[in-house]
Amino acid sequence: MTDLTRLTASEIAGLVASGDASAVEVTQAHLDRIAAVDGRINAFLHVDTDGALAAARAVDERRAAGDELGPLAGVPVAVKDVLATRGVPTTVGSKILEGWRPPYDATIVKRLRAAGTVMLGKTNMDEFAMGSSTEYSAYGPTRNPWDTDRIPGGSGGGSAAALAAYEAPLSIGSDTGGSIRQPGAVTGTVGAKPTYGGTSRYGLVAFSSSLDTPGPCARTVLDAALLHEVIGGHDPRDSTSIPAPVPDVVAAAKLGATGDLTGVKLGVVKEFTGEGAEPGVTAAFREAVDTLTKLGAEIVEVSCPHFRYALPAYYLIAPSECSSNLARFDGVRFGLRVGDDGNRSLEEVMSLTREAGFGPEVKRRIMIGTYALSSGYYDAYYGQAQKVRTLITRDFTAAFTQVDALISPTTPFVAFPLGARTSDPYQMYLADLYTIPTNLYGGPGISVPCGLSEGLPVGLQVMAPTMADDRMYRVAAALESAVGTFTPPAL
Amino acid sequence: MTTTLPAYDDVVARYEPVIGLETHVELGTNTKMFCGCPTDFGGEPNTRVCPVCLGLPGSLPVANKAAIEATIRIGLALNCSIAEWCRFARKNYFYPDMPKNFQISQYDEPLCVDGYLDVEVNGETVRIGIERVHLEEDTGKTLHVGGATGRIHGATESLVDYNRAGIPLVEIVTKPIPGTGALAPEVARAYVTELRDVIRSLGVSDVRMEEGSLRCDVNTSLNRPGQEWGTRTETKNVNSLRSVERAVRSEMLRQASVLDAGGRITQETRHFHEDSGDTTPGRSKETATDYRYFPEPDLVPLAPDAAWVAELKAALPELPRLHRRRLQLQWGLSDLDMQSVLNAGAVELIEATVAAGATPAAARKWWLGELSRRANEAGIELADVGATPSQVAELQGLVDAGKLNDKLARVVLEGVVGGEGSPTEIMNNRNLEVVSDTGALTAAVDEAIVANPDVADKVRSGKVAAAGALVGAVMKTTRGQADAKTVRELILERLGVQS
Ligand SMILES: [Zn+2]
Repeated sequence: MTDLTRLTASEIAGLVASGDASAVEVTQAHLDRIAAVDGRINAFLHVDTDGALAAARAVDERRAAGDELGPLAGVPVAVKDVLATRGVPTTVGSKILEGWRPPYDATIVKRLRAAGTVMLGKTNMDEFAMGSSTEYSAYGPTRNPWDTDRIPGGSGGGSAAALAAYEAPLSIGSDTGGSIRQPGAVTGTVGAKPTYGGTSRYGLVAFSSSLDTPGPCARTVLDAALLHEVIGGHDPRDSTSIPAPVPDVVAAAKLGATGDLTGVKLGVVKEFTGEGAEPGVTAAFREAVDTLTKLGAEIVEVSCPHFRYALPAYYLIAPSECSSNLARFDGVRFGLRVGDDGNRSLEEVMSLTREAGFGPEVKRRIMIGTYALSSGYYDAYYGQAQKVRTLITRDFTAAFTQVDALISPTTPFVAFPLGARTSDPYQMYLADLYTIPTNLYGGPGISVPCGLSEGLPVGLQVMAPTMADDRMYRVAAALESAVGTFTPPAL
Repeated sequence: MTTTLPAYDDVVARYEPVIGLETHVELGTNTKMFCGCPTDFGGEPNTRVCPVCLGLPGSLPVANKAAIEATIRIGLALNCSIAEWCRFARKNYFYPDMPKNFQISQYDEPLCVDGYLDVEVNGETVRIGIERVHLEEDTGKTLHVGGATGRIHGATESLVDYNRAGIPLVEIVTKPIPGTGALAPEVARAYVTELRDVIRSLGVSDVRMEEGSLRCDVNTSLNRPGQEWGTRTETKNVNSLRSVERAVRSEMLRQASVLDAGGRITQETRHFHEDSGDTTPGRSKETATDYRYFPEPDLVPLAPDAAWVAELKAALPELPRLHRRRLQLQWGLSDLDMQSVLNAGAVELIEATVAAGATPAAARKWWLGELSRRANEAGIELADVGATPSQVAELQGLVDAGKLNDKLARVVLEGVVGGEGSPTEIMNNRNLEVVSDTGALTAAVDEAIVANPDVADKVRSGKVAAAGALVGAVMKTTRGQADAKTVRELILERLGVQS
């Protein structure tokens, strides 16, 4: 019999729709796989066995009753622990929210449930999505299924590793500076960051409000597009959500899968080739560019001179917003409370709670952000960073007058060994060097596997104009049709 | 330290005050500023809450359009320019009654700027400049249990009620107001009164200072004539119109005594005390807070459509000042008479009573007379006295129809105020109608003549004035329910005397 965990989401949906497999069978197969391998991967912080089986049974009942099922009905999904799930623990990878069960569902989670997908559980992440290796999780690191001594990327390492370890065919991530794309790249999976405002942030525990973008993760481009279509679209509960239909990403992925990119003009970002990247990454990228040319794409080099300031601007804007967003974690209304012994003042309890509840990277960013927003420093730091953001946006808009989409390696390096970059924050921050500009601009970006470097996956990033998410799916699907998907060694 | 305060006249002879007012108005929208929770008062603690106004992780604000509209209307009524584009900002500080530990407010990009409000003080018009009108959210309420002071320090427990958290608040800030001299306290009061009336006329808030839906902070400074403006203090906890006036006056006297002694005024927040009428310093820590304002990234900028703003402007109601002038003309009142109507807070009540059919004079008589007396005695607002304009108009109708005389009308009014029903019902139920049955009256008159033969003789002999004693006797037997004029005519008729 087929191993249901090795199938794509669209294949599973087909089996469930035709009755060749029940949603319960599919779900049980994935729960069994999690039980078998997650001890070595630690992709999940919480597995919702009962909830998943109940959701699967509901799909089977609806099918038996002759109800029409959505395109992903009965397909298991793993959800990054950054999204609020009603009654199901939501920790954001932090001790400060240990045991918190939200009284409400994030909009994306609501849409996943309405579509008949089956939520398996919540995936591991760097605390508050701050990190690039998932080593900053308060609940232990996630390991890369390609090599369990290496990191799976971050902050959404759990969501990416769950795919690569065949624990789930689909997962949800969130991308503030690369937290979907970079883990996708280093685990040989597909990760898409939609246009900012194209997916709802309601129920996404905020790190940096103007950058956070939830999005789909999958093992194939088509699966990512199918998931994107289910979770995307306007949400009146999110003021920054764009009131426009989701671009037709599924049709674009199918078009791309024909392997024809004739008439598509792609720009290679000059500033992101060579500089700082590992030779193996550069080589795999060059080879992918040749492949894209063979598929009919016209390739030109494009300069985006301000991209080099993206990293410093990001490390002012994101911490500034986080210093304010994370102020609510004070032990008063939810989550951890420390020192409430009847003898301490409210202020002391609040500060002891935050001292004990936040990890070192979170504290570092709160400190940076508090400083950058302080009176007298605001203009020099936060204000200046916003100007850089405007210049980066101009680089993008200028580039998109010449090309349909931009391409670059997703990350400068492949999965590195656990512990290799935790002692120097800057070395860790470099992992997001190529992904951050897209967040500052607000456009969509996708990472698709393009080859291997010394046996480890390399990702290619496609960046498109805002609300032209379909373009990146077409290019990514075309590349995938040529290079195929990548399977890690057996665990 | 107790110092003897200088005399007020003396102070204003030597110093010039500059005042400024910051007013917060709770809007009467159906739902909160950034979520769908109801805004009504009186629920059990923490029953008007949701993930958004509790600031739960992941929740997001969405701006209430009705609140934005109300703020723009206030701005327009105060002659402000409405921003074509503006943003909300986060004001960051830790306090448990603020669910997110930041308040969504507006900072350097308010919705309305640069307007004015004309107020009248002693018959003179004073133009108060309006610096800005902006929109923000209210906080919850913290209750400190135990400890001696009821304040956070020393409390054994703190309870927080978030029902009020997220109620839309409009902040209206004046420009500094120099040049008012001795009238500064009255100008401050007149401004807040006029502002209250303007906002009430817009129907966007019930603007009640006692309930906190209108709150006021008063800035005061003193300088020697011809010198630069002095250091200002900000007085909070000013909870009535009278307190606005007292707070300015008290702060002027205090500052003068400090300056007279060669001291310096500290820029600080002070608290006004209703009972003693003076101010004491607040925590100096508050003034040192760095709020780390930055644009609220969870909300898209506001860009009110120019056509919509024009529509709102065209639809503004007649503003109180113009409205009052029109009424004064219609009612034929002198400035002085109009002032007493205003002081009694009776403009709208008289207007509604006239609309219900009474003459302006009669309406004014009831509201400024009997009803004002009752309100004063009970220490309540005239509007809360227990009689409605339509009841007063009905009562006057009964008087005009001769069914009630003045004295009986007062008795009926007492029933109205006591909640016994409509004037007609009370008159009927308590059998208070004027006795107009001539048969019954004639009998009573004859009885009085028989009982007072000496008086009757005097009247017969032409001393008509003596009839008063007989009228009194008849009124007594009819328990006041007869019309005195009718009684008098009947007596003269029975005694064969021409009236
Ligand atoms: Zn609410």
